[in-house]
Amino acid sequence: MAESTRSLSDLFGILGPRRVTDAAPASEVPAATSGEPSYPTKALQKFLSHMQSSEGPLLLDLGPVVGGNVTFFGEQLGCRLRVEDVAKDIDQHVKSGTLDKLPEFFAKRFTERQGTVDGILCWDVLDYLDRPAAQALATALAASLKPNGCLLGFFSTADSPEAVYTKYVVVDDSTLRYRTYPASRPRQRTLLNGDIIKLFKDLRVTDSFLMKSKLREMLFRKPAPRF
Amino acid sequence: MVNIGKSVVIKGELSGSEDLTIEGHVEGRIDLKDNVLTIGPNGKIKAEVFARSVVVLGEVTGNVTASEKVDIRDNGSVDGDIASPRVAIAEGAHFRGSVDMQRIAGKTGQPGQPGKPATTPQTQPQPAQQGQKVGA
Repeated sequence: MAESTRSLSDLFGILGPRRVTDAAPASEVPAATSGEPSYPTKALQKFLSHMQSSEGPLLLDLGPVVGGNVTFFGEQLGCRLRVEDVAKDIDQHVKSGTLDKLPEFFAKRFTERQGTVDGILCWDVLDYLDRPAAQALATALAASLKPNGCLLGFFSTADSPEAVYTKYVVVDDSTLRYRTYPASRPRQRTLLNGDIIKLFKDLRVTDSFLMKSKLREMLFRKPAPRF
Repeated sequence: MVNIGKSVVIKGELSGSEDLTIEGHVEGRIDLKDNVLTIGPNGKIKAEVFARSVVVLGEVTGNVTASEKVDIRDNGSVDGDIASPRVAIAEGAHFRGSVDMQRIAGKTGQPGQPGKPATTPQTQPQPAQQGQKVGA
């Protein structure tokens, strides 16, 4: 049954995102104390519930360090969290004019042994990469995941010329605060559903949510090997 | 409360049984497992750190293990792995490494071997040797 459900999800993934829209508009989300905009999230809750099935999971966070997130994931999951700020890597390569070396860099970037990571918070970093670099990063991430490991990715569905990254600050399991900060390059071309599925060809799409914030939230899972 | 001043450089092992604030430079190992260690804004640490609580306002390079809490304040910097049941990182703080919040008091593992079983430091707490300058 589980297998057939997964296959159905995959089919949805191939045909297009499951158009689950976030019910509450941003204004209805409990006001953030800082006055920054808050948005609902659907995929985070699913990611968390998946992670809760592992004891002391190892999590990779590809965003910048957000103290509140470290506390949140630590308290929710009792996890080991490794912060690997990929935006910083992109900035360094832009500054040194070596963007063409990013694919090689990502192939060796992560020190975790293959198949040892339970969950990856990829956020929206792939939006900032050219195709070869995005492919190299996606391949490295998929390899680092354990069988049944889970990856949470965000993908913008609208072009934005602004050169800003977004910190996704977790307010609770169904609310995120978006905090922007300067980036060395804007988002690259918008990834279509098919592009994303090709990037993560070794993973299966389990959920895809199109949010009112023009973000597609996607959850991937690494299939367990069949014997 | 003991203070290690700005001009003090310590190379070697520092252990003690009272709360300590470091404004100087320490290289080696710091073991204050029942006390609070504060790295002041001028403090620069290149050491493995074990304490009950660690507050970082300066710079730490090395793994930090605390049985209660690690608190990296605004402008504080940690380059290394943190193992503590509670971790707070302020906006504006720098951190590079991993955070392990699954370990509990008295079960701290050796830094650099994440996920390995606990190994309690064998050395008995000694009074802090303020201003001690040990040869490299």
